[in-house]
Amino acid sequence: MPIEILMPALSPTMEEGNLSKWLKNEGDKIVAGDVIAEIETDKATMEVEAVDEGILGKQLIAAGTEGVKVNTPIAVLLQDGESAADIGKGAAPAKAEAPATAAAPAAAAPAAAPVAAAPKTEVAADPDIPAGTEMVSTTVREALRDAMAEEMRRDGDVFIMGEEVAEYQGAYKITQGLLQEFGPRRVVDTPITEHGFAGVGVGAAMAGLRPIVEFMTFNFAMQAIDQIVNSAAKTLYMSGGQMGAPIVFRGPSGAAARVAAQHSQCYAAWYSHIPGLKVVMPYSAADAKGLLKAAIRDPNPVIFLENEILYGHSFDVPKLDDFVLPIGKARIHKTGKDVTIVSFGIGMTYAIKAEAELRAMGIDVEIIDLRTIRPLDFDTIIASVKKTNRLVVVEEGYPQSSVGDFIANQVSQRAFDHLDAPVITIAGKDVPMPYAANLEKLALPNVGEVIEAVKAVTYR
Amino acid sequence: MATAAKKAPAKAKSDSKSQSAPVTPKPADFTKEQDVAAYREMLLIRRFEEKAGQLYGMGFIGGFCHLYIGQEAVVTGLQMSLIEGDQMITAYRDHGHMLAMGLSARGVMAELAGRRGGLSKGKGGSMHMFSKEKHFYGGHGIVGAQVSLGTGLAFANRYRENPNVSVTYFGDGAANQGQVYESFNMASLWKLPVIYVIENNRYAMGTAVSRASAETDFSQRGLSFKIPGIQVDGMDVRAVKAAGDLATEWCRSGNGPIILEMQTYRYRGHSMSDPAKYRSKDEVQKMRSEHDPIEQVKARLIAKKWASEDDLKAVDKDVRDIVADAADFAQTDPEPDVAELWTDILI
Repeated sequence: MPIEILMPALSPTMEEGNLSKWLKNEGDKIVAGDVIAEIETDKATMEVEAVDEGILGKQLIAAGTEGVKVNTPIAVLLQDGESAADIGKGAAPAKAEAPATAAAPAAAAPAAAPVAAAPKTEVAADPDIPAGTEMVSTTVREALRDAMAEEMRRDGDVFIMGEEVAEYQGAYKITQGLLQEFGPRRVVDTPITEHGFAGVGVGAAMAGLRPIVEFMTFNFAMQAIDQIVNSAAKTLYMSGGQMGAPIVFRGPSGAAARVAAQHSQCYAAWYSHIPGLKVVMPYSAADAKGLLKAAIRDPNPVIFLENEILYGHSFDVPKLDDFVLPIGKARIHKTGKDVTIVSFGIGMTYAIKAEAELRAMGIDVEIIDLRTIRPLDFDTIIASVKKTNRLVVVEEGYPQSSVGDFIANQVSQRAFDHLDAPVITIAGKDVPMPYAANLEKLALPNVGEVIEAVKAVTYR
Repeated sequence: MATAAKKAPAKAKSDSKSQSAPVTPKPADFTKEQDVAAYREMLLIRRFEEKAGQLYGMGFIGGFCHLYIGQEAVVTGLQMSLIEGDQMITAYRDHGHMLAMGLSARGVMAELAGRRGGLSKGKGGSMHMFSKEKHFYGGHGIVGAQVSLGTGLAFANRYRENPNVSVTYFGDGAANQGQVYESFNMASLWKLPVIYVIENNRYAMGTAVSRASAETDFSQRGLSFKIPGIQVDGMDVRAVKAAGDLATEWCRSGNGPIILEMQTYRYRGHSMSDPAKYRSKDEVQKMRSEHDPIEQVKARLIAKKWASEDDLKAVDKDVRDIVADAADFAQTDPEPDVAELWTDILI
């Protein structure tokens, strides 16, 4: 059967082009790879190569024709024993359905198939802490170290790599003692090479190991963000579920003290934008421990955002053999009935101080500590809003496209009728972090702002 | 000055191990079986890619589509040196790599067409395919990213103390990315079993090597990291096989990484939408007529009377049948179920 040669597309967006000239004439013998014609669009000129062998039976489109639609037959190729008389005899092996399916799937898809909402996943509750469990005052720093040590004892595939994690014992001393217990094979000092070692970590994870990659600060992870987003987060999807990257990227994020613009930035909103990542940002030592253990066991890439100022804060941590908390579950830090404050990480310190002053004013505040930024526990937030009808969100990151903005948007869509006031979001100021002490203080959120916001939504 | 400059690398080499620095080996002597197998494998890749180009023109394949035509000897020869468990990772010009690793033509073609029977269930496309079973780690669309990842695969081998090597492919274009050198440094520092295969096809998209690279001898790119490298005729599958044997032996013996600069050539444009105006037709034609990897083997098979024209036609028919079957499958297999939109994001 004669083979039709179709007008090819030069690019994904090309719909038509010009057939500028023929380089083979009717009757010419064609072998695969021969250039038979030239076509052009406004962007480029391209040669049409034959894929099949045969005789050029007929040119269906004249040289110089403009606006030839992609997939229009432009010539007919005759096979052994065929002649021009065979043209038209069922010559259309060109799989006519091709353009139809291929041309407009993007546009057609949403209309044809009402896209199902994302499936909802159940998140486990916090484990019960048996009555009488001893609580040990622990710094966030020690809690993080304990979590890693416990998981490294439990699973030989878990290792940690990063700058100064081994011999120096951690730039912020989070990995203190790990080299001594686990040795240099599993506690790996890297050169100063964030982009490279993030990629090495992801590769090791794709091969089935369980790396913990420490960034000295997440500011430096900007050099590595391609490996985190394009390699770690997307591989599971791109491989159709065959392989992913069970890896934890952890380190301090957000402002510390007087380290200025390049070292003071909260990454919660950045990474929360990315499907395929989980983003955890604990406030207390107990949450830091229980969630870091969960992150190390999680088969997905987890961004674990710590805070340098919180490292030295002490909290009660239950003395249990294996204290693991669920990722994706917010914690109600304090119950209340008048207004809900949602916060996370160091933002909790403003919420907690404001609550004490507001209590003195007779306002009963409920505080929710998100703990996980992605997936975000809207069930807990919305249940609280349905009770208090008022919401304030507090975070240190920049205001535009902030975590608080997303929460405000979702609450207004899902619980609008329950709101008695607009949601107020409190964030860091929309400026690079200044160095001067007075300006730095102004750039960060403060307790006064939280109190004013709560008064505003409660009309006090 | 000159003496000092010369001395440094010599000392570096003697530092690394007792084994002397590798030099480009002579092309391997192929048996009849090896030559026939190489012929068939390379022909499969070429016919597959020609068909992919055709289906792209018909609108069956979307997005970007980068063909491997001309470079077939590189993956074919290297694959002959590998053992079970060795990993492979490359960039976006990956169809040939997957076929060489034994992945089904149907699975690759269906993925190109975005169908449910594709290797990534239609969700990855031409540039993003993987196979856990065959130790193929992609298929990566970010130029150079696979170099760090491939170094990480080697890290896992060393961690597990297994004999496997990571074969990490990248092009002359990616060779100018910073993370390549970050990876070189760690691979050498930690003696990781990784073969860096630089497929130098002379053009990074439209930019000739000499316009983009201060050092155009890519085999030397590891010198500051004490990584030895050799230049290999990447159009001669026997030369590639010999280099592959040398490199795998080097890595498996604990010497750390090695660089193989494969001097090769792509006949087609960078992608389907590249008319390749940055080089002359004569240059392409000269390569095709004088150095074609498949024609070289074909001529050898005929000259040695290891195969007749009819035998080779039979191979060609066989390969065309496989490709036609893959193309039919890719065109008739349904698109992914819409529920797949939400799967495989998190485990």
